[in-house]
Amino acid sequence: MEKIKGKIHIVKDNDVNTDLIYAGKYTYEILTPEEMGKHTLEDFEKDYFKKMNENDFIVSGTNFGCGSSREQAVTCFKGLKSGGIIAKSFSRLYFRNAVNKALLVIESPEFVDYIFAKNNGENLDVEVDPNKGEIICEGKTFKFAPLTGQALEIFSAGGLGEYTKRKLAAM
Amino acid sequence: MGKTLIQKIIEKSSGRNNVEVGEIVFVKPSVVLSHDNSADISKTFEKMGPKRVFDPSKIFIALDHEVPPPDSKKALNHSIIRDFVKKYGITNFFDCGEGICHQVLPEKGLVEPSTVVFGSDSHTTSHGAFGAAGIPVGRTETASLWALGETWLKVPESFKIIIKGTPQKNIFPKDVILHIIGKIGADGATYISVEFTGEYVDKMSMGGRMTFCNLSAEMGAKDAIIPVDDTTRAFLKDRLKKEYEPLYADKDAKYAKTLEFDVTNLKPQIAKPHKVDNVSDVSEVAGKKVDVFFLGTCTNGRVEDLEVAANILKGKKIKADSRLLVYPASKEVLLTCLDKGIIKTLVEAGGEINTPACGPCLGAYGGVLAPNERALSTANRNFKGRMGCSENTEVYLASPATVAVSALYGEITEYKGE
Ligand code: SF4
Repeated sequence: MEKIKGKIHIVKDNDVNTDLIYAGKYTYEILTPEEMGKHTLEDFEKDYFKKMNENDFIVSGTNFGCGSSREQAVTCFKGLKSGGIIAKSFSRLYFRNAVNKALLVIESPEFVDYIFAKNNGENLDVEVDPNKGEIICEGKTFKFAPLTGQALEIFSAGGLGEYTKRKLAAM
Repeated sequence: MGKTLIQKIIEKSSGRNNVEVGEIVFVKPSVVLSHDNSADISKTFEKMGPKRVFDPSKIFIALDHEVPPPDSKKALNHSIIRDFVKKYGITNFFDCGEGICHQVLPEKGLVEPSTVVFGSDSHTTSHGAFGAAGIPVGRTETASLWALGETWLKVPESFKIIIKGTPQKNIFPKDVILHIIGKIGADGATYISVEFTGEYVDKMSMGGRMTFCNLSAEMGAKDAIIPVDDTTRAFLKDRLKKEYEPLYADKDAKYAKTLEFDVTNLKPQIAKPHKVDNVSDVSEVAGKKVDVFFLGTCTNGRVEDLEVAANILKGKKIKADSRLLVYPASKEVLLTCLDKGIIKTLVEAGGEINTPACGPCLGAYGGVLAPNERALSTANRNFKGRMGCSENTEVYLASPATVAVSALYGEITEYKGE
């Protein structure tokens, strides 16, 4: 996995749920990831997606992605080609869906506290090394636990879709 | 060291003699549940290139989330699913009108105690009411399960929640579990398998147990289980068409936490906007005007729920200018309620009866809110915008009794039990 350089966008709240990330009213419309991207965090802030460029990260509090099993709350970030989500913690299902969709999700309470303590951390530059488990920001390094085992295998295959395809082909 | 119930269930489902907490193992489910999201799942599935599904009798699909479909896109969704069902010979398919997936699965005898039920819906935890491990997964994972018949799980730690005492007559399982979620918090049980026990749980009806396990998703639990007893056996008799062997936790099992609650003096509880753990006594918010009252969902749309509401509303009328939406959780529930005169009572009181399905719970159809409206619902989520509109709307969650008595006054009202 390569290093990712991008800017950060702050969603300064805990328990940012899947309804806020991707509203229920769109869940049964079949949309492409790019179209889903345009609804990202729409109920949190209108046109949020316009802030986000390729490789940008979201920074948020505890229990990010709680609520529904809806995978679109992960896929919408893939549609925006986001670098990933950095949060204090994730809901179990969100974390699992992210691995299955190969969206980088990083638990780093230290980094989030550092950003939340600032008056204006929005748009700061970060560099993330998913292999070493490092976030570099303003010359400081913040450690996180990189993926291992089964989760790493699925992530590296490009997600569970690809992983299953390979497994079926080998059967 | 003794084993927890989830450890034993995972051992059984993975064919292993011993699994440790934290270990990752491959697990075979007894059934894989999905609903209207099956159209999208089927596309992902076919892209994976499988020739068949792993077992057509172990895939369960119920159409419930947008029933009847409100527009042609959603109708198309359903028709994609019907084609898929035919193509792969899926035997446990339940079309529009049968009811909500979490209600239909057990009613049709498809939940087997001590097995793993994977479901592409976050409230798959509901099936823990029958001593199974109901574990939610996402759509891609469901597609992979359809193809491979197994997936990986990390063996979770467990909480033991012991509930003691006999509550007052105006207290229902919904009040108790909302209270517990308020105390534990929305992420208090993340990654955790929850076991409920204690005298209150022992006496609880099957419906109450389903409410409990259903709402456990709102404290982040991976699954929530109530061990099999005579109440479970009575429900499964004549439904589950096979022998089953219930498993129980060892007496010396190790729990990450053991929590005790006493319900003796509990007052009616309500979850306030916009988080399910934002819980207080109903009396604290009494008097707030409500526009839409909603009786139904996989949390509280069963016969006993509608019956409690009907008893409160009998011979009375809901407040003018308010609406009472009623969605029985399944066709079986609807038929029983018809027999018992419950539906008649609710209609006479001013209720609108709908096809058994999810209704406006997820905000996609069937009674969504307008800007500036407030809802009082028996559902399990009150997130901003959850009922289809985020412009200055609010959703409160409470028991069917609280919803019914409040509908009489058009405002949030504490149910006193008369
Ligand atoms: S009733 Fe509501 S919570 Fe239950 S399955 Fe349907 S949408 Fe989900």
